[in-house]
Amino acid sequence: MPNFIMSYLGSTVTPGQAGNQFWALIYVLVIFAGVAVVVLCMNWIERKALAHFQIRLGPMRVGPHGLMQPFADALKLMLKEDIIPAEADQFVFWVAPLIGLLASFTVYIVIPFGPSQAVTDMNIGILFMLGVSSLGVLGIVVAGWASNSHYPLIGALRSSAQMVSYEVAMGLAVVSAILMTSMNASGTGTLSMIEIVRAQQQQGIWFLFKFFPLGFVAFAIFAIAMVAETNRAPFDMAEAESELTAGFHTEYSGLRWSLFMLAEYAAMIAVSSIAVTLWLGGWMRPFPNLLHAPAWDFIFSLFPGLTFGGLALIAFIGTARMPSHSFFKIQRIGLAVFAALLGFLALLLLVIVVAGRSADTSIAARLNEGIGYVYWFMLKVAVFMYLFIWYRATWPRYRFDQLMRIGWKVMLPISLGVLMLTAIVGVIVS
Amino acid sequence: MNPALNPGMAPVATPFFFYLLAGMAIASGLAVITRRNAVHSALALIVTLLSVAGLYLMLYAPFVAGVQIIVYAGGIMVLFLFVIMLVNVEISSKERQFNRIWPIGLAAACALLALFMSAFTKGKALFPDRMVALPESSNTQQVANMLYGEAGKMGPYTFAFEIASLLLLVAILGAVIMTKKKI
Amino acid sequence: MADITTLHYLVVAAALFVLGVIGVLTRRNVVIVLMSIELILNAVNLNLVAFSRMWGNLHGQLFAIFIVVDAAAEAAAGLGILIAFFRNKETINVDEIDLLKW
Repeated sequence: MPNFIMSYLGSTVTPGQAGNQFWALIYVLVIFAGVAVVVLCMNWIERKALAHFQIRLGPMRVGPHGLMQPFADALKLMLKEDIIPAEADQFVFWVAPLIGLLASFTVYIVIPFGPSQAVTDMNIGILFMLGVSSLGVLGIVVAGWASNSHYPLIGALRSSAQMVSYEVAMGLAVVSAILMTSMNASGTGTLSMIEIVRAQQQQGIWFLFKFFPLGFVAFAIFAIAMVAETNRAPFDMAEAESELTAGFHTEYSGLRWSLFMLAEYAAMIAVSSIAVTLWLGGWMRPFPNLLHAPAWDFIFSLFPGLTFGGLALIAFIGTARMPSHSFFKIQRIGLAVFAALLGFLALLLLVIVVAGRSADTSIAARLNEGIGYVYWFMLKVAVFMYLFIWYRATWPRYRFDQLMRIGWKVMLPISLGVLMLTAIVGVIVS
Repeated sequence: MNPALNPGMAPVATPFFFYLLAGMAIASGLAVITRRNAVHSALALIVTLLSVAGLYLMLYAPFVAGVQIIVYAGGIMVLFLFVIMLVNVEISSKERQFNRIWPIGLAAACALLALFMSAFTKGKALFPDRMVALPESSNTQQVANMLYGEAGKMGPYTFAFEIASLLLLVAILGAVIMTKKKI
Repeated sequence: MADITTLHYLVVAAALFVLGVIGVLTRRNVVIVLMSIELILNAVNLNLVAFSRMWGNLHGQLFAIFIVVDAAAEAAAGLGILIAFFRNKETINVDEIDLLKW
């Protein structure tokens, strides 16, 4: 048994490809924990960022600068009374959030955080992701129907109509990115997520910049469609409070509502990961082919440690700027502890970088590489997450008929056009 | 599909997964035809479709499994659920569920089942396990070759592919025209 | 029961087919009849893909893909007919769709 566990450690493929179920399970648990942590962080960042966009402060009291607010929210949601509307279908009411959660989380088994840092690498990776994320629509439709009330039903029908419409444009944008993977010597493309990033590495260009502006337009179509897919602003007519009293999750309270919220944030991260993998070069650091010298490798591998060091610095400055009143003593201590934790993490990462520099195949070097891959991937996904919050703060929402008009009359023709032009340019160039 | 040649493709616990998926498919198929509530039937059909997609994966047909999940479970079932919600007549779930001649239907279906079973037991030798191995790693590539043709010639299914797109166009037009209130 | 042969898949497909036939012949709700038709089509697909693996070429899988496309078109058209009829007669029982009966 320990042999089975240890035999994976030297390999360079994902646990699914190596057939090692133990490590695949470990990766799945790590992904669960990671997504939960990221959703908590996203909750805090969203409230603080929205507040600062609106020139107010946001949560400040629960922890230092509101850092414990997500925990307080989670605790409140878990302790709330579980209300089920009368005449609602009990079984379907219970099952609906689970369908959405399953659909959002199953996508994570093919997301490549690195060349071997994924749960598995299916040959039909992108097809699998598109299919499973389209199962999320079912959860919403069923949730709206099971609530036995007209606001949720209308909200669910609108939301699912919107998601299905934008799935078409999303699929076509994805197809034009897949088309670009076949612009190599053998003329064979691939649907596997890890191979798509390797194709970008071999062709030496992110697909965002390939055949400019075709790759960029395809990316823009996908970026807009993914905001509509996850029912986020400015396409959140179906769950907007002022329009439909929270749409399909009106009748869900407490823990069930938090399951919907978890499914929504997990879907946001999942579609951002697809965008990063297909167009933004996945786990590759900037300029891997152009700036290839070991000195550049070393500089870029310092980035994870420096990022956490920068965050620790900001937290220390926040500690210093806290009012020196006795009421703020606990908050000050709390923020100082948080800053110390971040600083410790930064120090750990920098030590790994320095230790990994010496030998090429030692554990520290491989850890260094792995951390680098995951860091660059998560940095790009974090940019998308911040963009989601920025859109929500800045833009008014579309009316439902405007939304459907954009989905069918604007996005679909443009994505078809981009697909045809990519194919034509690809044939001409090769 | 020789596991010795492709160590990453060696199937794991095949009988367990086969019986699990087959059992799920048949159990939810039973639920589809016996539930009183149409939404429960639709949910059971979704479980059936997903288990059949799993069975396709076990048969080394990943592309068909992907198409099944995207089109069937993600598209057709959403359409069914929409229509069930639009025509949801409260009375219909309290009425008689099975029609008056159900014993005849059941007898006919049992006769069909007996025919199948006799065909399988008598002709067991006709269905061996595998005659020729299927390479899996380029399943999509091979499907594409057969659909679009390779090396400049038309594949065996290129014409059918074009006709299928025409069929979908006709179905869309038909559905739109039939459900308009004023033509 | 260690080896799963083609026959196992054919038995599963036959069972699904018979369940679909029972659904079409005995249920009164039109939507459930349409769903039983989808069960029948899935059983046929499973049969085709199992034979495709047995023979070692991809013709079965291609045919299965075309059947999936066909089922989508048929579901759309059938549900369109259902909605158009529902507007006229307010019922979704097969027994009561008898306007042409003498």
